[in-house]
Amino acid sequence: MPPAVDSISPAPSIAWPRSEGVRVPYQVFLDPAIYAQEQDRIFRGPTWNYVALEAELPRPGDFKATFVGDTPVVVTRDRTGDLHAFVNRCAHRGALVCREPRGNRLRHTCVYHQWTYDAQGNLVGVPFRSGIDGKGGYPPDFDPRQHGLHKLRVATSHGLIFASFASTVEPLEEYLGPTMRQWLDRLFTRPIRLLGHTRQFVHANWKLYAENVRDPYHASLLHLFHATFGLYRSTQGGGVWLDRLGRHSVLHSYRRDAETEAAAYQQAGLRSYQAQYTLADPSLLAGRQEFPGLVIQTIFPSLVVQQIQNTLAVRQILPKAVDAFELIFTFFGYEDDDEEMLQIRRKQANLVGPAGLISMEDGHATEIVQQAIVRDHAASSLVEMGGRTVEDQENLVTETGIRGFWRYYGALMGFTDLPTEVAHG
Amino acid sequence: MDKYLLRGAVEELLAAYAQCLDTDKLEEWPDFFTDPCLYQVIPRENDAQGLPIALIYCDSRGMLRDRVVAHRQANIYGPHAYRHLISSVRVREESEGKVIVHATYAVLRTLLDPVHYGRTEVYSAGEYRDVLVWVDGQLKVREKTVVVDTCRIDSLLVTPL
Repeated sequence: MPPAVDSISPAPSIAWPRSEGVRVPYQVFLDPAIYAQEQDRIFRGPTWNYVALEAELPRPGDFKATFVGDTPVVVTRDRTGDLHAFVNRCAHRGALVCREPRGNRLRHTCVYHQWTYDAQGNLVGVPFRSGIDGKGGYPPDFDPRQHGLHKLRVATSHGLIFASFASTVEPLEEYLGPTMRQWLDRLFTRPIRLLGHTRQFVHANWKLYAENVRDPYHASLLHLFHATFGLYRSTQGGGVWLDRLGRHSVLHSYRRDAETEAAAYQQAGLRSYQAQYTLADPSLLAGRQEFPGLVIQTIFPSLVVQQIQNTLAVRQILPKAVDAFELIFTFFGYEDDDEEMLQIRRKQANLVGPAGLISMEDGHATEIVQQAIVRDHAASSLVEMGGRTVEDQENLVTETGIRGFWRYYGALMGFTDLPTEVAHG
Repeated sequence: MDKYLLRGAVEELLAAYAQCLDTDKLEEWPDFFTDPCLYQVIPRENDAQGLPIALIYCDSRGMLRDRVVAHRQANIYGPHAYRHLISSVRVREESEGKVIVHATYAVLRTLLDPVHYGRTEVYSAGEYRDVLVWVDGQLKVREKTVVVDTCRIDSLLVTPL
């Protein structure tokens, strides 16, 4: 099924390579026209965008102000418990209606002229609608039903709330597909408990981060803490699994025996296999056996779900400009976690986020790409690790997930046809 | 203890702490703390909502040392330097020589990579909530909670606040 796009803006001029996925022109990270088109064709296009955890809006009236792409939206839970999302822009003269990041109320009133909306985004109040003393006011044919907030479609899966501008996007469960749902099943086994947020502002294009989270190749080479303490090495077992179109991915790794891994590193003479230093306080890594291995799962375009030891988090990718994005980590545990488990999750949160011992480098890596490509729009990156195809691969020295991202991206942007379906291993 | 003498001692400690970080003497940083201790850098939004997740959470001097070793050997980041500005210091002595300190801080970060060399920006603003104790005639930090107003961390956080 070709991607249907609700609103089509003129395509920016780009020489999209025939070897799409394998070569990526740096123009896509630099061109404001491409950034603008992404807002239309990707974030407002036939995609489901992660906006919140259901655990963030447990009660009727709860709301959260967030974004789909760079469009401000509000997610709400109404009196009956149903979830809604609407653009955070007053239907009257365009002001932000909701000016707080989160809260609880069933009526949202724009401060400018006090137009009031219910939790579904319907207009329920207009001051001086009939004027004063028979003067002014709206014409008699003014119909409040025509002036609600711009509503988005909302769907949930596994306690994750997604929103879409597109009337044509497939149902969420189908969009996720069986492979992605299966990996979400693994993590979302029971009610979760919200543990907190961390936020990071990165001076780079959002797609450099979309590549980063589909890239097991860098993991043990950039993140030296990881490698040194044996949390993850490319010599570990694991692989990359994709959905049928290659747009979503799962990166999974698990330990093989330590000697095999160490020998492979020493043989290759890599800097990241240093003589192992010892933690002065190993309690950092003392967790409970909860899940085998590590999982970084991406749902196109804006969600990452992670399980690294006992740290569970979702990451929301929010583009802010052609050369800036915000990354919001929302950490969670389970409602039935005991105190010790909570303390483990709290301590292991040291590993990830903006100050994460094994993740702080990701933002930096994307920034140094952005800084280096500045004048080279026509040059391109090389994405051939693990071959030139988009397929499931049972190894960790592959860029198959990155190729999958670019093939689908190119199709949504109208640069190329929709890719053929992915060969599943 | 005389409250002005105590205040003098607290301000000296805060200044020494700032100087240690601002002059890149990170190896000396754990010595400001007792063992065990608590050092956490928590976003103001989490603190306000009673959510436990911090950016950095260390409950021993060993964990602080491990942060320093990671900073020197493992983590990858752009070269930079800090200037701490600490003010509005409030000191309250509790029983058993326990001293409660509130102070505001701002950290100016100067970037030293070739692209931004010499650019200074306000990197972080927030509050210190410290619990100090006397150990062998010296004030030590038993708990330091850094509540970060600037919860949208610019690029990354590697050097302690």
